[in-house]
Amino acid sequence: MIEARELTKRYGDKTVVDNLSFTVKPGEVTGFLGPNGAGKSTTMRMIVGLDSPTKGSVTVNGRSYAKHAAPLHEIGTLLEAKSVHPGRSAFHHLMALAYTHGIPRRRVDEVIELAGLTSVAGKRVGAFSLGMGQRLGIASALLGDPAIVMLDEPVNGLDPEGVLWVRNLLRGLADEGRAVMLSSHLMSETALIADHLVIVGRGRLLADTTVEDFTREAGGGVKVSTTEPMRLRSLLAGPEVTISSSSAEELLVAGRDAREIGAIAAQHGVPLYELTPQAVSLEAAFMDLTRDVVEYQSAPADTVRKAA
Amino acid sequence: MPTTALRGVQRPGKNPNPSAAPDPRTPATHRTTHKVTGIRVLRSEWAKFWSLRSSWITLCVAVFLLIVFGAVASYTYSPDAVATAGPPGPGSSGDSDAVGLALTGVTFASLAIGVLGVLLSAGEYSTGMIRSTLAAVPRRLPVLWSKAAVIGPIALILTTVGAVAAFQLGTPGLDGEKIALSLGDDGVLRSLAGAGVYLGLVAVFGVALGVLLRSSAGAIAALVGVLLILPGLASLLPDSWYDTLSPYFPSNAGSAIYALHESSDALSPGAGLAVFAGWVALTLAGAAFRLVRTDV
Ligand SMILES: Nc1ncnc2c1ncn2[C@@H]1O[C@H](COP(=O)(O)OP(=O)(O)OP(=O)(O)O)[C@@H](O)[C@H]1O
Ligand SMILES: [Mg+2]
Repeated sequence: MIEARELTKRYGDKTVVDNLSFTVKPGEVTGFLGPNGAGKSTTMRMIVGLDSPTKGSVTVNGRSYAKHAAPLHEIGTLLEAKSVHPGRSAFHHLMALAYTHGIPRRRVDEVIELAGLTSVAGKRVGAFSLGMGQRLGIASALLGDPAIVMLDEPVNGLDPEGVLWVRNLLRGLADEGRAVMLSSHLMSETALIADHLVIVGRGRLLADTTVEDFTREAGGGVKVSTTEPMRLRSLLAGPEVTISSSSAEELLVAGRDAREIGAIAAQHGVPLYELTPQAVSLEAAFMDLTRDVVEYQSAPADTVRKAA
Repeated sequence: MPTTALRGVQRPGKNPNPSAAPDPRTPATHRTTHKVTGIRVLRSEWAKFWSLRSSWITLCVAVFLLIVFGAVASYTYSPDAVATAGPPGPGSSGDSDAVGLALTGVTFASLAIGVLGVLLSAGEYSTGMIRSTLAAVPRRLPVLWSKAAVIGPIALILTTVGAVAAFQLGTPGLDGEKIALSLGDDGVLRSLAGAGVYLGLVAVFGVALGVLLRSSAGAIAALVGVLLILPGLASLLPDSWYDTLSPYFPSNAGSAIYALHESSDALSPGAGLAVFAGWVALTLAGAAFRLVRTDV
């Protein structure tokens, strides 16, 4: 479990992380999202004690990171920036980390195999491709068999097979009861892996929610036009369903898909003259949320957003 | 832009899929057995040192310089040339002797050894390795002590061997000269070992400079500045000041450690060792302070 309380980091007079509080729970994958420069990497560096907070605190399994006797067993980390000496081989890099905790060589071989690095384990890391480097980072994160796994943009540079591998790996780790935290800028990608979302912008917490809630609140749903909106409304009602309407004969239904709605309407003889799933993407919802806090705004991105 | 339609979001990972899960193991059940200890950090730094090719190369260069310069100086020695020119450079003890000749390469070796220390520490900052290192050892200080404890003895032992080799190789070259000495003569072994001690301390000095400055270029510049340029620069001081201060400069105190004959304007070997070790300790303290206090 990671608990951040009013975490704040200033570099000079620039506040990079601003009063951030959140919890990463065991058994869940927590997606840590935000646009470039939102302070995600800075927050992760503070979690493992590489940067010290200007204000506030963060604990890992109840204590500050540096107080743990065997930190690599508490939390395994993949940091965004390359954190490997390019002159050392993958095997020796992992061994060097393993020695600090007395982790046996067997475990090093295990994570090398798990990360699919067996054939290149003896090669200098400097000769690795981006994806190979990323796999090595993930291997080092898993080295201590940690209760928490924290990865900064783990799928960055991975091929589709690698992305799928990370997705299944993280899911598996969470299902074993570990806490998993991963950062990303990509809402659509994260929604596939995560249960929980912590969204930040300019260092501030924008949303702390579940993927399901975010998806529901993101809008979308199905647009239904009918001559009998009142009757359809009561037919569709349910605990998970929200229905709004923008004009007299139009309903926006969230919580049931178009197929279900069509079937219910046909069953009860309610005439429909439109049934359209709304193609609002999670990405668009995410951009809406972070629109005002984007640090490095680019004009073309803006155009794309309006088009969406 | 990705257009994952809301309704279409499929979450394959959410389906229980045991075959895709990594080997199931209970999280962190062996916390008590695998603790970070000083010995383990030392073991890790030892492994890190030997697993880089640059360590081997720099170490070989240092020992090679020590042996080659020493042997060549002994072979090319001629008493007449010395009488007229006199050996130049700060810290030289005037009259040459067989040990002094054998240790001609110490200055060059000290640069190589110092660079070795810098690479070991500042090299971690320039590559980003330091983040992995300090994430594994968040108390940080054991990393600094271990680096010093690994490289100091390695440099000490190998350069002592190198100094003895330089002396032995040079001995035939001085055959029949007045200044010829043998390994068994008074003070010879002490001097040669003194050179090893000095170079061992220089390696630690390099480690400390690297952690203090966090940049290979900066630390190497500081190393050259302190060991080579400072004594020359200080000669601009008024004579009375210079005479009082110069024995305490790091390189002058250092060369007193391995001088065969104590010269009048230098410290005794013991005092030289104490002073030079003091400089190294001071730099280490600065490095420790920066390591603990500042963000990585
Ligand atoms: N050591 C530092 N000194 C000064 N400013 C810094 C430092 N580290 C980060 N910053 C600034 O803090 C801000 C947040 O950076 P951070 O890397 O945490 O963002 P991020 O959310 O990880 O972004 P990205 O998605 O691009 O990785 C940036 O504006 C960055 O320039
Ligand atoms: Mg980042």
